[in-house]
Amino acid sequence: MAKQATDEISTADRVDAGGPRTDGVARLATALWRRREASIALVAILLLLYFQSSNDAFLSQGNIRGLAQSGYATAIIACGLVMLLICGEIDLSVGSVMGFAPIIVYLADQEFVFPIAVVVALLVTSLVGLLNGVITVYLRVPSFVTTLGTLFLLTGLNVTLTDGFPKPAPEESGLTRILGGGAFSGIAWALIIVVLMHLLLTRTRWGLHTFAVGGNLVGASEAGVRVNRVKIGNFMLCSALGGFAGIMEAIRINSVDPLAGGPNVMFLAVSAAVIGGTALAGGAGTIIGAFFGTAVLAILRNGFTLQGVSANTFNIILGISILVAMTLNVYVGRLRRSGKT
Amino acid sequence: MTPPEPEDNDILRAENIVKRFGALTALDGVTLHLRKGEVLGLIGDNGAGKSTLIKIITGYHRPDSGTLSIEGQDVQLKSVSQARGLGIETVFQDLALVNELSVFHNMFLNSEVTFKPLPFLNNREMKKRTRKYLEDMGVKIQSIDVEVAQLSGGQRQAIAVARSVYSDAKILLLDEPLAAMGAKEGAMILDLVQRLKEKREVSIILIAHNYAQVLEVCDRVNLLQHGKIAYDEKASSTSIEELTELVVAEYRKARETA
Repeated sequence: MAKQATDEISTADRVDAGGPRTDGVARLATALWRRREASIALVAILLLLYFQSSNDAFLSQGNIRGLAQSGYATAIIACGLVMLLICGEIDLSVGSVMGFAPIIVYLADQEFVFPIAVVVALLVTSLVGLLNGVITVYLRVPSFVTTLGTLFLLTGLNVTLTDGFPKPAPEESGLTRILGGGAFSGIAWALIIVVLMHLLLTRTRWGLHTFAVGGNLVGASEAGVRVNRVKIGNFMLCSALGGFAGIMEAIRINSVDPLAGGPNVMFLAVSAAVIGGTALAGGAGTIIGAFFGTAVLAILRNGFTLQGVSANTFNIILGISILVAMTLNVYVGRLRRSGKT
Repeated sequence: MTPPEPEDNDILRAENIVKRFGALTALDGVTLHLRKGEVLGLIGDNGAGKSTLIKIITGYHRPDSGTLSIEGQDVQLKSVSQARGLGIETVFQDLALVNELSVFHNMFLNSEVTFKPLPFLNNREMKKRTRKYLEDMGVKIQSIDVEVAQLSGGQRQAIAVARSVYSDAKILLLDEPLAAMGAKEGAMILDLVQRLKEKREVSIILIAHNYAQVLEVCDRVNLLQHGKIAYDEKASSTSIEELTELVVAEYRKARETA
């Protein structure tokens, strides 16, 4: 929805402009109405309350850890996808990049020390993003097709490079403890990345140009914005974030699995981004919204599992939830826009 | 027509510009001079090459042959940002505004103010300057926080013009700013051009179809036909009738030879 871009930056002022007498409830209502992140956050909270009331174990320490561990990778990948979706592109290969990165770490670890291997893996995954970006921007292949190609390419490469067998995870060290060894290190990284990416998107020229490229490609380029650079940069960022999440996930599960990641986590991240208010057509979206979108999906899966709903039934419920969430978002967005003028 | 003589106070000279797109010759040796502080009207039928000429002057296209000089210095424009660095600003027909962004972010698109050396946007400063610019130019807008999608065509145009003027433009190219504009909004844009003309700080090339409006604000008129400048006259020494006659005569000639 077009509103978001400016909202991110100026809602605060506008709500304040209501005058000193604006009472708290009204302010909250306005904020909820104006900011799509707020509505998806509210959904997440309501779901938390519902599942907690139906099962005391839901907010137990063990289950919170489970929630955090099941959602953090999706949350990180969703950040990269939000940037790409806003500038009018998509990366279907990011799930496969997630599996690819730890394999590169494993291979590089045999030549270099572990920290260098991580850096090498992040560079290599950025190169995948560069490849996606260059093919999309300069050869004018739609990114849906480009990244579909790299998705299969990497899926095959992941199995080939490992001969199809899981490889041992990096030996435990200070860095592995920071990168996913601890119970909450994954979610802590996800939160840090969400904050940094939110700042990048809403407070910097890069973010503004990302909106401009997705909103009016020709106009942005006529205004002198380097549209190709913005797109390619976001492809690289998305891949690098996917690679980072993949390395952490390999450390967490203590294995380099050639079948890790894949389209499933990518589609979850796209769903999270869209549920959180990012427009698939470009020009609008928020990082925070995508984070709450991820939370909603993780809570749904975890909560239904606790209630004994089988995985098969869960997908039906997930599908329906996504359809309902999308429909509501489109509908509320339209209402919001017509109410504004 | 004989090409115009160069003058000392030419801020922009395009000499013998040729541009081909495949088999089509869009510009066939255009020579155009813009004097410092003047408003030059560029008229001509659709397909005469006006937009191509503008895009060459702004560094969007490169000419196949011919030279461009700015304040007497020959330049080879390789990009829009290079032309902008030399003080050439354009308001394109599509305005190059991003609907999803606020007025003040559009105002500073690609020349955003940041808290140097930090890379963060200084929104407060951009809003302050936007308010001042719009006030100086007599443009009224409900709020600079709204998305430009919510503004009228005239307001959008005014923002695009203001953006160009305040980015230190020496040469301002207005590509059909009056097209698709109601009478009231058109008058607002003409007022704006008039105001800029009185200040004489910026030299303007105004592309338009409406000869009355061109004669109202321009100092001089150039007529572009079949990729050449066919007519160059002071606005005070020509008339709507004469300009119309020139265009119609050309049309008749073309029809007879066809």
